[in-house]
Amino acid sequence: MSVSFDDVRHIAALARVGIDERRLPALASELSGILEHMAVLTRVETSTVEIPAAATDVPLRVDAGPPIPLARPLPAFAPMMRDGFLIVPRLATHGGEGPGRASESSGDDRPDDEDSE
Amino acid sequence: MSASLVREALDRADAVGAGRDGLNILVAVNPNAERDAERNAERDAERPAGSSGAGTADERPLAGVPVAIKDNIATLDVPTTCGSRILAGYVSPFEATVVERLRDAGAVVLGKTNMDEFAMGSSTEHSAYGPTRNPLDPSRVPGGSSGGSAAAVAAGIVRIALGSETGGSVRQPASFCGVVGVKPTYGRVSRYGLVAFASSLDQVGVLAQSVDDAALALGVIAGHDPRDATSAERAVPDYRRSVRRAATDAAPLAGIVVGRPREYFPAALHGGVRERCEFALDALVRLGATVREVSMPHTDFAIPVYYIVAPAEASSNLARFDGVRYGARVSAEAVTAMYDATRSQGFGPEVTRRILLGTYVLSAGYYDAYYKRAQDVRALITEDFRRVFADGVDLLFTPTTPTPAFKLGSISDPYEMYLNDIFTATANLSGVPAISIPIGVADGLPVGGQIIAPHFGEASMFAAAAALERALGTLARAGRASPAGDRP
Repeated sequence: MSVSFDDVRHIAALARVGIDERRLPALASELSGILEHMAVLTRVETSTVEIPAAATDVPLRVDAGPPIPLARPLPAFAPMMRDGFLIVPRLATHGGEGPGRASESSGDDRPDDEDSE
Repeated sequence: MSASLVREALDRADAVGAGRDGLNILVAVNPNAERDAERNAERDAERPAGSSGAGTADERPLAGVPVAIKDNIATLDVPTTCGSRILAGYVSPFEATVVERLRDAGAVVLGKTNMDEFAMGSSTEHSAYGPTRNPLDPSRVPGGSSGGSAAAVAAGIVRIALGSETGGSVRQPASFCGVVGVKPTYGRVSRYGLVAFASSLDQVGVLAQSVDDAALALGVIAGHDPRDATSAERAVPDYRRSVRRAATDAAPLAGIVVGRPREYFPAALHGGVRERCEFALDALVRLGATVREVSMPHTDFAIPVYYIVAPAEASSNLARFDGVRYGARVSAEAVTAMYDATRSQGFGPEVTRRILLGTYVLSAGYYDAYYKRAQDVRALITEDFRRVFADGVDLLFTPTTPTPAFKLGSISDPYEMYLNDIFTATANLSGVPAISIPIGVADGLPVGGQIIAPHFGEASMFAAAAALERALGTLARAGRASPAGDRP
């Protein structure tokens, strides 16, 4: 697999890494050289692979953390929720209708970190 | 007592030239180390005699012992920079679980050790602080990426240092520096506070002067941590008990079957490394083990698989370093230009190369050809281990590296450098534990032998390593008899 200059520009943009144009030849050559060695994997018979790729026999807990400790219960400062997210007042710079309008009139409805300390 | 151990370590660091102008082992010294040691000693002295609390040897087994920490493990006292310009001066607001546990056991953080930037390298030449030199021969590399930690132990500055493993970054430098290096089972040790490189592979590891010290340190840092979702909820055995048994038993490995995987002994293996490994295998037989030839046919694919999976995960993990939340920022008018400039100037060449490689193999059109296929072959490598251990093999013995330590600057081709991990990356890909111990000298340089165990089989791994360490005795240690720092 040969990596072109345009390929390097493209992946550098995706990776948000600024690349000096003078480095393009070296990077394209290095990446092409490395990827050539990866071609050996195409010779491996993988059609029967069924076991998970992650390390087996390693017990993992459910990907969930402990409850978030709050000074006040959630409804006390965030009475409205949707899909597990708090609904907060819409900013003045973001116009349009929205579910947050219901709480715009009351500053008490806004999440307030200072009060919870 | 404990303060004097810290003073001795600092004096030793000065004597061997551990600073930037010398071996370049320590990138930061903890300014509070001596104070911490004194406070530790005072706290222990205040406890009533016979107290079952901290201060007893069982509860504070590292009382006063100075330890060195790799620069990608979060500490409160000193910056955590991962050997990178992009994290210059960054001080973590929290401490890694492994560091907390060392402190709870009485240890004192001496300082942070040099490393390949973001743990990407096998020589500790790719650091923003410049290369670390091997204490046994300063013209050679100490290995990497935990080269600073291995060198700190080899130079006699500390008995114990922490490193991190993604593809062999503890075992390979341990082999090059003539010390012990342990990579635990994936999930055995908390990674909370370890800066992520490749999350399906990363583990914190231990470098130590002896198998007993390594067992002691791993016993302290191992165990479940609710702050790491991959941390296993399994009891931690008393590893030192296994070591002690092996040290006193006449035939400590009686009934143990040790596999010798033929793929780890290729024709191109360095002659001296092969000779030392065969000698060690003979020693294992004398200790009571049965050595059986086995095959692990997918071993040769480990490096291509590793260098697809690890850069892919790194390209995602390192996306967070963009000049907004951490470390350095290069200003620009537009925010995207700021990202580009910060990352371009903040990351070194090897990290940039791997981020681009990882982005490429994950990008549209190439994902199936590279990343998915690599994950499939990774499963086959894992299956090799499962099958061998299910067939009655208790442990595997292999060389740790294909050659002894090489000269600084002698490897310029990236893929040639990657091949240093050829015998170590398989354990990371499959999650099993492994240890490297000194088994002798070739061309005047240390050679490491690797013992690999099934998942969570650290206790039997330590027992075999301790028995082998005792059997090989001074022969294995000859390589670190005269650290270069002692020379005029």
